[in-house]
Amino acid sequence: METKPNLAMQAGVRTVAAPGTRGRLKRWMQKEGTAYLFLAPYLTFFLIFIVLPVAFAIGLSFTSFNAIQLPKFTGLKNYIDLFTRDSVFMQYVLPNTLKFSLIAGPVGYLLSFLLAWVLAQIQRAPRTVLALLIYSPSLTIGVAMQVVWKTIFNGDPTGYLNSLLLRYDLIEQPIQWLQSPDYLMGIMMAVTIWSSMGIGFLAMLAGVLNINAELYEAGYIDGISNRFQEIIHITIPAMKPQMLFGAVMSVVSTFQAGMIGVELSGSNPTPQYAGQLIVNHIEDFGFIRYEMGYASAISVVLLLIIYLCTKVVWRLFSEKE
Amino acid sequence: MASFQGTKINPTRFHVSQLKFYLLLLPLAAFMVMPIVFIVSHAFKPMNELFAYPPRFFVQRPTLDNFRLLFANITTSGIPVSRYLFNSLVITLITVLATILISAAAGYAFSKKKFRLKDTLFEINTLALMFVPIAVAVPRYFVVVKLGLIDTFAINILPLLAMPVGLFLIKQFIDQVPNEMLEAAQIDGAGDWTIFRKIIIPMTMPAIATIAILAFQVAWNNTEPSTLYIYNESIKNFAYYMSTFTATNNEVAGQGIASAAALIMFVPNVLIFIFMQSKVMNTMAHSGLK
Repeated sequence: METKPNLAMQAGVRTVAAPGTRGRLKRWMQKEGTAYLFLAPYLTFFLIFIVLPVAFAIGLSFTSFNAIQLPKFTGLKNYIDLFTRDSVFMQYVLPNTLKFSLIAGPVGYLLSFLLAWVLAQIQRAPRTVLALLIYSPSLTIGVAMQVVWKTIFNGDPTGYLNSLLLRYDLIEQPIQWLQSPDYLMGIMMAVTIWSSMGIGFLAMLAGVLNINAELYEAGYIDGISNRFQEIIHITIPAMKPQMLFGAVMSVVSTFQAGMIGVELSGSNPTPQYAGQLIVNHIEDFGFIRYEMGYASAISVVLLLIIYLCTKVVWRLFSEKE
Repeated sequence: MASFQGTKINPTRFHVSQLKFYLLLLPLAAFMVMPIVFIVSHAFKPMNELFAYPPRFFVQRPTLDNFRLLFANITTSGIPVSRYLFNSLVITLITVLATILISAAAGYAFSKKKFRLKDTLFEINTLALMFVPIAVAVPRYFVVVKLGLIDTFAINILPLLAMPVGLFLIKQFIDQVPNEMLEAAQIDGAGDWTIFRKIIIPMTMPAIATIAILAFQVAWNNTEPSTLYIYNESIKNFAYYMSTFTATNNEVAGQGIASAAALIMFVPNVLIFIFMQSKVMNTMAHSGLK
């Protein structure tokens, strides 16, 4: 593991350094070389699997590419098509994505913060147990959860929810929860919110617990009189960094959960595009229709949306004014 | 101090005033954990209970039939289930160890070393915290093709090794290691590698535990390589097997096997978290972004 980056490092250095600068090179190796040596493995994988794909996506988004012939430069055509011709995108995918991320994201985040705060108000032992219970759903998002949610929302009368509602005469016919455009989106959001107490939640819990008790005392001397004021004036300002970390993680996990509609309904496109999110649209064009250039343009739009959401979040919580 | 009626965050003793929090937390936690209980209960149900009408939440007469069926099951391509499980174990183990080593090394450089691109590179890494891998699935596929990594075992592991969150957390944690300590070691003649091994690694165990958990979850639950980059069934992982299972025959005979598989997917996640949770909380205290 160490020798390979080492060689790569030296090779990289040689090309950078001008001839006759042996001494300078040696000094550089002593001063900065080891730092890059420690960085090299990480940077290599970071470049290959994160930077390169993003760069590729941007490049391909200006081309027409079917994965067989060479990409053909088409300028902004993909982007223009996406926003003017792609009626599915404008009518379903974009509104769905906005709805999904603007509801599931913030609700999950607020719930994470609230639960973290409440958990901090009780003793250590019960807190650890309850925190684990609340955190556990986030461990299983994706694969294992399909068994649960598909069985609970099964469209037959034997489905758990259907059977429950039928028993109490709340419905007359079993409902095709996951195949119905009316319910799919709601179920997707519920499942996402349910599993949103993940790493951000843990960060915020640690944040609340680490606030210096003297801050509170000082606050009370300054006239804070109830817990609500305490949260607004002391807790949140004191744990802003964790709040921000949690918020960024919440944005990411919300968009990462994009496959959920397809996973639940079992088809891409989802029934009448009800649960179609940008991620599914990318997959639809990229891996089903092989319109890679167009799919890349959608990827770039998605990355921009995530970037903007994170920027907003950053504005809200950052300590730098 | 008796007049101070302020917060009782992290109390050491039970007090009646905490009851309201329990009143809120207990039902919520019960609700949150319901699907997990469901997975466990479902996995041990005999066939007639799986399809009972009306369905029952809890198992009445638990049996190991589902697990027996799962391991007796052989896919259409003749690969036994245990093979997928074995692949998953190997992939996860290597990913966790390699991610720890790579992130800790990079974290050490970012935290304690001086180099010109330091701030820029760390800024880029912070930007990459918001990276969503599935957004660039298409170009990533081409990168993998160009590198000749299609249909190799390594592709299960390599894309996971650069974990921006992991580097971020461990760098914040290494920042807490006092510089004087490193200087003292240097005076004693310790090189970077010795410092890294003897001081940095032991002192950042909580952060390493956290990265271990995160890497474990990503590797164990990852279906992307098996779905997109691998055609050879014998090097695919268990999560993939599980996903094909629920996708194709989720209605009838597959139900029991799927729930047994779901339990196998889920249990290691919980175990590793329980095992390391106190260390995680310790790391998370330094997780703030500024």
